[in-house]
Formats: sequence, structure tokens, C-alpha cells
Amino acid sequence: MQRFEVEYVQVLDTEGHVDTAQMPDLNDDQIKQIYHVMRLTREMDRRLFKLQRQGKIGTFVEARGEEASEVASAYALRPADWMVPSFRESGAYLMRGADRVKFIQSWKGDTRGFIGDEHCRDLPVSIPIASQIPHAVGLAWAEKIKGKKNVALVYFGDGATSEGDFHEALNFAGVLKLPVIFFCQNNQWAISTPRSKQTASATIAQKAIAYGMPGIQVDGNDALAVYKVTREAIGRARDGGGPTLIESLTYRLGDHTTSDDASRYRSEEEVQSWQAKEPIARLEHYFREKGTWTDDYGTWVGHEVAKEVDEAIEKAMAIPPPPPENLFNNVYAKIPPVLVEEKAELEKEWKAIKAEREAKKEGAP
Amino acid sequence: MTKMHMVKALNNALQQEMEADASIMVLGEDVGVNGGVFRVTEGLQEAFGKDRVVDTPLAESAIVGAAIGLAINGMRPVAEMQFSGFSYQAFAQIKQHAARIRQRSEGTFSAPLVIRAPSSGGIRALEHHSESPEAFFTHCQGLKVVMPSGPYDAKGLLIASIRDPDPVIFLEPKKIYRAFKEEVPEEPYTVPLGKAKVVSQGEQLTIISWGSMLKLCQKALLQLDQESGIELIDLRTIWPFDIDTIITSVKKTGRALIVHEAPRTAGMGAEIAARIQEQCLLHLEAPVIRVTGFDVPFPQFALEEHYLPNVTRILDGIQKVLEF
Repeated sequence: MQRFEVEYVQVLDTEGHVDTAQMPDLNDDQIKQIYHVMRLTREMDRRLFKLQRQGKIGTFVEARGEEASEVASAYALRPADWMVPSFRESGAYLMRGADRVKFIQSWKGDTRGFIGDEHCRDLPVSIPIASQIPHAVGLAWAEKIKGKKNVALVYFGDGATSEGDFHEALNFAGVLKLPVIFFCQNNQWAISTPRSKQTASATIAQKAIAYGMPGIQVDGNDALAVYKVTREAIGRARDGGGPTLIESLTYRLGDHTTSDDASRYRSEEEVQSWQAKEPIARLEHYFREKGTWTDDYGTWVGHEVAKEVDEAIEKAMAIPPPPPENLFNNVYAKIPPVLVEEKAELEKEWKAIKAEREAKKEGAP
Repeated sequence: MTKMHMVKALNNALQQEMEADASIMVLGEDVGVNGGVFRVTEGLQEAFGKDRVVDTPLAESAIVGAAIGLAINGMRPVAEMQFSGFSYQAFAQIKQHAARIRQRSEGTFSAPLVIRAPSSGGIRALEHHSESPEAFFTHCQGLKVVMPSGPYDAKGLLIASIRDPDPVIFLEPKKIYRAFKEEVPEEPYTVPLGKAKVVSQGEQLTIISWGSMLKLCQKALLQLDQESGIELIDLRTIWPFDIDTIITSVKKTGRALIVHEAPRTAGMGAEIAARIQEQCLLHLEAPVIRVTGFDVPFPQFALEEHYLPNVTRILDGIQKVLEF
């Protein structure tokens, strides 16, 4: 019988000490770029959370605690690679250069936030757990057929590994040897269900073995380690080496969504223990250890990201809701006659509502 | 023109489209070496290779899910569900993603794929092999639902489906796969989606049907005199459907009978009947009657003949509408 081991990779310990043997090929400017987007993600989270509480946007999903996992993995991709998110991957979107205004617009329930140009390789948020994983398989498959070197990286959580689509997708990718990176954000909780109730496997990474692909565990709060393992997996995929499953060990510091209250099911002590390992402070420790940190730099980044988010929020909030006829506009490539009738019904109703509103305005003192 | 049965016509359509467009690929269970369990994809792997005609692992959800990714990334996948009764394993992918990706991304991404699925009963198959799920799929807004009733339409509708920019589920009635032949042009042609066909004209009664039931309706009509005045409409595209052709006909005849194999309640017949009364109530001389499968699970095959609509039930239905 074959025997297997699952490797665990950490470059930075919680105090920011570097394991030099594991250090990836990144210079300080690059690491600061990653750090900057992690801070941006944290700031975006903080502000959008508030906007949700003010009723200005819809249900929001915080990425807090998972910034290294998202940003450093997305940093390892090229623009022509595919990024297939679930719904918590703000950091990946922002790292990939998503338009900040549109990003916020999408959280206003406005699909125009997901409009991209012909080069767009970031799929829209996918809500049903694990259902996006097979899409990455198909995207990667098409790249292979076309003879391109591009890959697809798909994010999903620990809960998703219990779904059938996780199994089906990894099995497909293993058999067809496709350039996919399955990136599991093991953030320990699927709403209220802990990782221990999700699977009896000792690790999620070991599931890769059954699909004939490498599986690796990484400290998901260590941006350098996340970059390193993702980069290696991507390199292997580009060179025809097939898929990899990465288990990124991280922690959801916030609630599942703004509709959730995590204090109902997990202890404050547990949250605090992970707070001590959180990824942004970890990188700051690294810079300090290396002597490339100044408090001014930290403050400057804070100002920069606050300004960027401020401006984006202002613009996004000024965007009026989509016109009602948008309901019908992208259901099919060309609206079929049966829907033309329904659209006319809606337009008639909307015209009446608008007229009524206008009349009220005119009648106002 | 060559006389072909439906299997050959479908195979011919795939062959010609794959020759014309290198982005078209076929994927599914046993579609390659074996040519599909009904032989619809026979010879395609020899002709186009293992990379374009792919025997996949046995996983309906991933077949459709991967096809969605392929389609988003520029391919034109034709995925096969071995039987429509197993398409339920892929239902989430069809409903949540294939049908919605265009709207979710405001047209940035779309999934022009075809899901072929042998459908309906009448061949004494095992449990789950005889489903008629067209009403389920009609509720997947953003998806097109097509069901041919014979070889000529099968080829033209499949080519139209492959070329269509939207996802299509293409339900193939197994009972008529090899039941009869029709003249089928050798060159590629399309039968437009969203257009019903008036199969025979009449002034007294409109029968609306589709799939394998169409032939059964024709059989029933043969038992009536030439002068029975019955207009027969083949819906062909179940959704988005051609209600105008139906309404025009019912306005003329004043009577309508709908025949389908799927269960009655909340079936497509209910929708068509509702539209008829909404749009031409005052033209009606009689209630709209439905001849359908019963509201029970499709039975194991020992009882299949009692479940399926037959000539007697259709004739009874005709009599009911005409004599009201």
C-alpha cells in the first residue's frame, strides 16, 4: 500500500520570524503591495459592515481574518488566469484590480457591479456552497483545449468540502489533469458548524490524495506561505502537472454574514486566540523584524486605503438603482416574445409609479 | 434527402456542427467509445478525437458544471445526461448557474451550452429512465427547453440549439428514437427555436402536443374522418414558447385539447390552458381539456402502458371538447 504525508507550510511564525528555507521569491515592494491590499480589504470590510448596519447596502460578507489567504493567493495569479470566488473573496477581487465602485455596487444588490470587459477573468460571486467549483474545472479545461498556459483558481470554504460538487469537481480535474487550483479557505466555521463536524478527515488537504493530486496545508494567516504554495501549485498547473488542493488554515474573525451572530455558537476565547494570529499584524511583525517598518508607513497605508474606500463609497452610493427593465435584459441574449409582453406590463406599471411620484413632488409645499 | 430515424438525424446534426465549428465538443457518460447508450454520438470520437468527444467520470452535476465553465470560456459544449431522470443530479447547476450566469454578470459571461437528455417513457426501461421533466426546466428562467417530435425537426432543432447563444436543454423522446424515419436533408439546416409548427390544419379543434405524444395524436387523428377539422400543433420549443401560434389557432377553432406525457398538475398543459383563457376566452366553445400522464410517479414498466396517454384517451379527450 502507498503511504502519504500531508505537508504543512509556514514561512512566518506568529511573531514574524522567517523560516528562510521556505521564503518565497518576493521582494519587499511586492510584499508591501500584498500588505496594502490586505489593509484595503480590512478597511472595505469595516466600512461596508457599517453601511449595512445603516441600511445602505444589503447583507454583507466580511473577509476579516482571511486577508492573507485571499490576497496573497490572488497575487500569485496572472491577469489572464481565472479567479472563481464563492462569496467571501473581497481580498481576491481587490487584489485582482476589481473596480472599487463596482465592487461596492454589487453589495447593493446591483448586478451591474459584476459587469466586466472582454478581459475579465473574475467570475461573479457564487452563493450556493461548492457549486462554483465545477465551473473552475470547465474554465481550466477550455484553457487546456486552447493550448493556453492559463489556470483557474477556485475558492471555497471548509463546509464546501462536504458537498457533492467538491467531490465531483476534484475527481474530474484529477482524471482530466486540468490546470485548476482548488483553494480551500478552511476558516474553521460553516456558519455555526465547526470544521470537526464537517469531516472526519484529519486534514482537508489529504482529500487530494484520493483524487490523484497533490494536497498541501498552509498557514492561511501567513501571506508569504500562502503565496509560496499557491505559486508552486500554479506553476505546476501551467506546466501540465495538473490540479492541486490547497488547504489554507485561517479563521473567520467576523460573523458568517451581517445576518449572523457568531457569539451564539463559538467562544470569545477561541476568537481571541485567532486574533493573536491574525494576518495583517503578522506581516507588520515581519517588516519590524526585518527593519523595514516605520510607523509612518503604517499610518500612510491607513490613510491611503481609507481615502480609496471613502471615494469609492461616495461614488457607489450615488449610483441610482438599476432601471426596472433590467429584470428582463439579460435573461436571454435576445428577449423572447413571451417576455416582451411581461416587460411591457412592468414598464406600464413603472411609468404610472413615476408619474405618481412626479405629481407628489409637484404638489409638495 | 435521406430517410433517417431520429438517432441518425441527431448524430448527423452533431457530426456536421462539429465539422463546422472546432469549439463544439461532446461530453458525458459513455458518449465516446460506446457512442452513447442510444448511439446518438456514435462515430463522433473516431471522427473528432478523444479531446472533443469526452467520456467523463459518472457525475452529472460536474458534467453540467464543467460545461458551464467551458462555455463561459469560449467552448460550445454539448453535454449528455444519459437519461433525463438523472438530470436531477445536475439540476442545481442548471437552475442556479447555467440559466443565471448571463443575468448575474449583466451579459459579461454567458453559458451557451446544450444539455441533451433522452426523455419520456414507453420503452419498458427501469425506474427513473422515463421522466418528462420539461415543466421543471421551464421554471429555470434563462434556460430554453426543446423537445423534438421526429427526425427532421430533431436535426434542425439540435443545430439551432447548438448555435443558440443561450443554454438549452434538449429533451429527446426515446420512444421515437428509432420508431419511424423521415426525409432529412443532408446539408445542415436549422428549425428555429421558439416557433411552434402547425402540423395539420383544421377548423373545429386545436390539439397542442409535443415530443413522442405528437405521433400518438396523429395516430388518433387517423381514426377520425378526413373531415374532422382538427388542427394539430407541435409546440417544439417548450420554453420560451410560441403562444401566438396557439392563440391564433384557438381563435379560429374555439376549442383546444392539450396532450402531454408529463403529469397533469402544474404541467405545461396548465400553463397553455391558462394563456388560452386569458387571451381568447370569448372565442372558446368548450373548456380546454388536457390528456396527460397521471399525477403519480412514473411507474415501473409493468404499469407503464396504463400511465401513458394513448389513442383511446386522446379520442376521448377530442370527443369531450367537441361534444361539450
